[in-house]
Amino acid sequence: MKACFGPDTTLPIRNMRRLMAAKLRLEKLGCIRGDRPLFSGLDLTLDSGGAALVTGPNGAGKTSLLRVIAGLLPAQSGTVETDGTLGFAGEQAALDRNRPLKSALLYWARLDGGEPAQVHAALETMALANIADVPVRMLSTGQAKRAALARVIASHADIWLLDEPGNGLDTDARARLEAAIANHRDAGGIVVAATHQPLAMPDAAEIPIGEAA
Amino acid sequence: MNALFAIARRDLAQTYSGSGWLLPLVFFLLVATLFPFAIGPDPAILGRVGGGALWTAALLAALLPIDRLIAPDRDAGVLDQYAVRGISEEVVAVAKISAHWVGFGPPLMIAALPASALLGMDADSLIRLEMGLALGSLGLAALAVTVAALVAGLPSGGALAGLLMLPLAVPILIFGAGALDELQRGAWFLLAASALLLLAVAPFATGAAIRIMRE
Repeated sequence: MKACFGPDTTLPIRNMRRLMAAKLRLEKLGCIRGDRPLFSGLDLTLDSGGAALVTGPNGAGKTSLLRVIAGLLPAQSGTVETDGTLGFAGEQAALDRNRPLKSALLYWARLDGGEPAQVHAALETMALANIADVPVRMLSTGQAKRAALARVIASHADIWLLDEPGNGLDTDARARLEAAIANHRDAGGIVVAATHQPLAMPDAAEIPIGEAA
Repeated sequence: MNALFAIARRDLAQTYSGSGWLLPLVFFLLVATLFPFAIGPDPAILGRVGGGALWTAALLAALLPIDRLIAPDRDAGVLDQYAVRGISEEVVAVAKISAHWVGFGPPLMIAALPASALLGMDADSLIRLEMGLALGSLGLAALAVTVAALVAGLPSGGALAGLLMLPLAVPILIFGAGALDELQRGAWFLLAASALLLLAVAPFATGAAIRIMRE
């Protein structure tokens, strides 16, 4: 029942430090939604540069696992230990619909203690620079997904939690995402991605969920 | 503290960039114009019921912004993003209450100027009404954010919000309208106490409601 992250431990100043020393440890993690046990006894340890790929059919609990790690859902059993700041790209982009993309991203970057330069770099990374001044409500599904990923990239968070990051992305955007993930890991970051689509993450630990059920 | 100011500034910018601040204000003025039609143009009667009518209008106007206070941020995943950053739900609540009051209280007090003229209130009553609204709107803003958090995500949240909020706002109405009477000095303290109580409880109730709706 206990989760080892307090709400206060994840808000240090995020500056431009490279080579993060991040760590993520799940121990005997279990989650029940409603009456249905989704997973139990899940163990995982990721150090700097590590990655994990959560796979499984629809409704198996991939999103729930990410939300438990992010501290948005309580764990039914077991513990989550995180060392480092979290960046979470969920189903929703969490960007203000009426603001231009750049300014919507800048809101989160500022909240993370970041600079406009980080937003510019993230926009370049996800090939969004040419629509930086377009209001978020005008973006297509794929563009909104790229924008949500740009938000995580710009946050300079140590541990990325990506829920179906490949959804709606075209081939070029997917290659850019894979490159961004590789970059993040090279810098010492950790990536946990839940996906039912192929996503190239070399040496990623695979966590299949819901296949035994 | 930085997060608190950043969130409050964003919410306030959203209120003023949309028409969010205008709606309660126009509604308040509309009710003020309706009363002379319903009661008749007799200045003596209007002057007597005017203050109470405006307090009732203020209460109803406080209901209007509820659906845009919490639910849109919940649906867009913004509240989740605050939580992932370790910003406590109570801090988010305090930021939202502050931003909501700035977008609601002062516009209401400005709208009370023409409204009091429409109802033929004298200068003394107007001053007491404005001071009462300054205090009471604090409580109403806090209550509106709490109720918004409680009904966010419920199917008919809008209708439920009125049923939840109006009974809880009754003390503000009673003591606010009571303070219009120059003989009822005690009403001021009770109005301040009711507003303060709502203001003190709201961040915790709102925070708990935001946590529960994530399940």
